[in-house]
Amino acid sequence: MSQVTTQPSTTWIWEWLDAVPDPEIPVISLVDLGIIRDVAWEGGTLVVTVTPTYSGCPATSVIAMDIETALRDRGITDLRLKTQISPAWTTDWLTEKGRTKLEEYGIAPPQPAGGPEKCPRCGSKDVTRVSQFGSTPCKAHWRCQDCLEPFDYFKCI
Amino acid sequence: MTREDAFFQFLLRMGDNTLILGHRVSEWCGHAPVLEEDIALANTALDLIGQTQMWLGLAGEVQGEGRTADDLAFLRDAWDFRNVLLCEVPNGDFGRTLMRQFLFDAWHSIQLGRLMKSSDERVAAIAEKASKEVAYHLERSADTVVGLGDGTEESHRRMQEALDYLWPYVGEMFQSDDVDAEMVKAGIAPDPASLREEYDVLVSRILGDATLIIPDSSFAHKGGRTGAMHTEHLGHLLTQMQWLQRAYPGAKW
Repeated sequence: MSQVTTQPSTTWIWEWLDAVPDPEIPVISLVDLGIIRDVAWEGGTLVVTVTPTYSGCPATSVIAMDIETALRDRGITDLRLKTQISPAWTTDWLTEKGRTKLEEYGIAPPQPAGGPEKCPRCGSKDVTRVSQFGSTPCKAHWRCQDCLEPFDYFKCI
Repeated sequence: MTREDAFFQFLLRMGDNTLILGHRVSEWCGHAPVLEEDIALANTALDLIGQTQMWLGLAGEVQGEGRTADDLAFLRDAWDFRNVLLCEVPNGDFGRTLMRQFLFDAWHSIQLGRLMKSSDERVAAIAEKASKEVAYHLERSADTVVGLGDGTEESHRRMQEALDYLWPYVGEMFQSDDVDAEMVKAGIAPDPASLREEYDVLVSRILGDATLIIPDSSFAHKGGRTGAMHTEHLGHLLTQMQWLQRAYPGAKW
């Protein structure tokens, strides 16, 4: 049973990964973002399966490095990152905790209706789209008609 | 032609379309008429380059000679590229760039929808991923084409000129050859000609909303997707895109 004492459980590893912030939206973790699809031991090797958000997202390589660093800091040396593109990442995989944190940070969380429910700053429902594209691939650019502040909307995909 | 050869050619066609168009669109970075459009164009270019990594990555794998997506993008010359000519024509003004984007996005979205049912699960997976991004590209390029086409007198004129200039490049996307026949037989990809009807319905509706008139000519420039003859513009594009690898062969960072 020596393996049990040398290998941290996957529950622990999920918790550690939940402490790794997204490089572009640091208020949410990689687990909140829903891109960690699986954590499993294959013999002595820890395999972490990661799904990219957008295929050209420049944060992808930084994310891989952050995962490696976080797990190596916890003493895991035998590590393999597996990229999985299907099923494709969807904003449905954002955690509830992640959605709440996004909103507190000023980014409206994705809605099935395809637009933000309300302004993340003043709560007004009178919002208008400026552009389907925003400061990062995963966001769109909206504006509140009441407080007149522009804000990011985490777009549905 | 073996099935592997045909598959490799098919993947180059997909990856070279997104690579060359992605590069063209990226030329707008910092130059678009307003900030929001600049950001949107840069995001579109980024998605296309990301998709290129997947298509050309798979192409290298299928070819089996150890070539990476980067090798294929930066270490080939013009005659080895397999993108349709539409992707390589110069940007022109903002209107022409968005018209080209719309004419491509409409084809791209239909093609990816079919490829999601490919018998090759790697192709289906890339198509599934890319189609989500392309849905946003199409929404935006279609909206902009309508906005500018049905806009001011000047914007309407420019959009009609753009359509007249680009329309002869549309036909190439639907031409079929031996490579396509082999892909159809293997269940990997649809016959390009089979996409035309759906394309015409979509494009006619949007261009109608844009109050633009589709030129009454079926003439089509061709030679890009087969590699027989590219326009003179591709070589110029490559001298910029491949500059670093040409000046410092094998450079890594």
